Amino acid sequence: MLMSLFAMFFLVGLVSFGGGYAMIPLIQEEVLNRRGWMEPGQLADIVAVAGMSPGPIATNIAVAVGYREAGWLGAASAAAAVVLPSFVLILAAGKLFFRYRDNRWLTASFYGLRAVVVGMIVYAAVSFAQHAGMVTVAPDWRTGCQLAIFAGSLFALVYLHKHPFVVIILSGLVGIALYG
Amino acid sequence: MTEKRKLPLSLFLAFLKMGPFTFGGGYALIPAIEREVVEKKRWLRGEEIADIFAVSGTVPGAVAVNSAAFIGYRIAGVPGAIAALLGICLPTFALMIVLSIFYVQLRDNPKIEAAFTAIRATVAALIAFAAIKVARSSIADFASGALAAAAALLLFTGLHPLWIVALGAAAGIALVQLRALAGKSTEIKEKEPVFDYMI
Repeated sequence: MLMSLFAMFFLVGLVSFGGGYAMIPLIQEEVLNRRGWMEPGQLADIVAVAGMSPGPIATNIAVAVGYREAGWLGAASAAAAVVLPSFVLILAAGKLFFRYRDNRWLTASFYGLRAVVVGMIVYAAVSFAQHAGMVTVAPDWRTGCQLAIFAGSLFALVYLHKHPFVVIILSGLVGIALYG
Repeated sequence: MTEKRKLPLSLFLAFLKMGPFTFGGGYALIPAIEREVVEKKRWLRGEEIADIFAVSGTVPGAVAVNSAAFIGYRIAGVPGAIAALLGICLPTFALMIVLSIFYVQLRDNPKIEAAFTAIRATVAALIAFAAIKVARSSIADFASGALAAAAALLLFTGLHPLWIVALGAAAGIALVQLRALAGKSTEIKEKEPVFDYMI
């Protein structure tokens, strides 16, 4: 289990361009489809907890998944694995990066990478919306409530510039009032 | 000699203090790092740290974690890098463990379950917000927009995300080369990077 956690999050750390949310499709694929460690809803809860806590999303998700699967050691090995690739790259190639930062091939590949990262985050958002019960063939009042919570949260984040922590807590209170 | 021995320890403590700042995201952390490393401790100069942030944004991984490791390395070699990395990660690691324990204990409580039902919709909003922000800095023209759409569609067909990353890099190179063949240069705009809590 520890090896499996380590291998998976090492991979996540290695290709983690463009922020933690871009890594969610990869984490979904590995944790849900390939390894079957948990249900989609449980992963959504982990992402929620990770979003509430300070620190990088990918690292936080690694800690939570690791803890859930294998306790303290699991959390430690997943966290170490997610940080290790960039740590090694920084040590091994920190100086080279200064030299090649303006390299034509490197900037061209980043031009493509940054674009697909947007697509990956969009995919993550849509699949989480599905798991949140917002996309369904038989909409009921609950679907409507979830859509309203989604819209309200997005509005608070984009236009009111509220911190994710505040939005998550408020949303939880709304949930208790609606479904509790 | 003793001075040299102490350096990793003071790096560890300096970054340990900054851990809680990651709450406000990279936006809050970068000025905090600058203040501590450049102004207070005078370990590095302003230009040096600007370069470090630029490189840390390019290497995979979180900007905050990468820059801590890089700064530690520049100041005190590998022991410094390890010390700074541990310092920046430890507080958030501990908090995440505490939150995980709470979650595991409380998840079957009906009230918590109700709260998390709503929070799942908010998480979707959080990710959509991340997509909007990253799109603002990464979608520079029609081609990159099309590439983003293609990536999302390919993920829905079940293609492994690693392929998307590889294809994205290849497509970027191909696009730039094709435009060069057509006699056009690609202007890759260096927009403001997204230093945020998400990274």
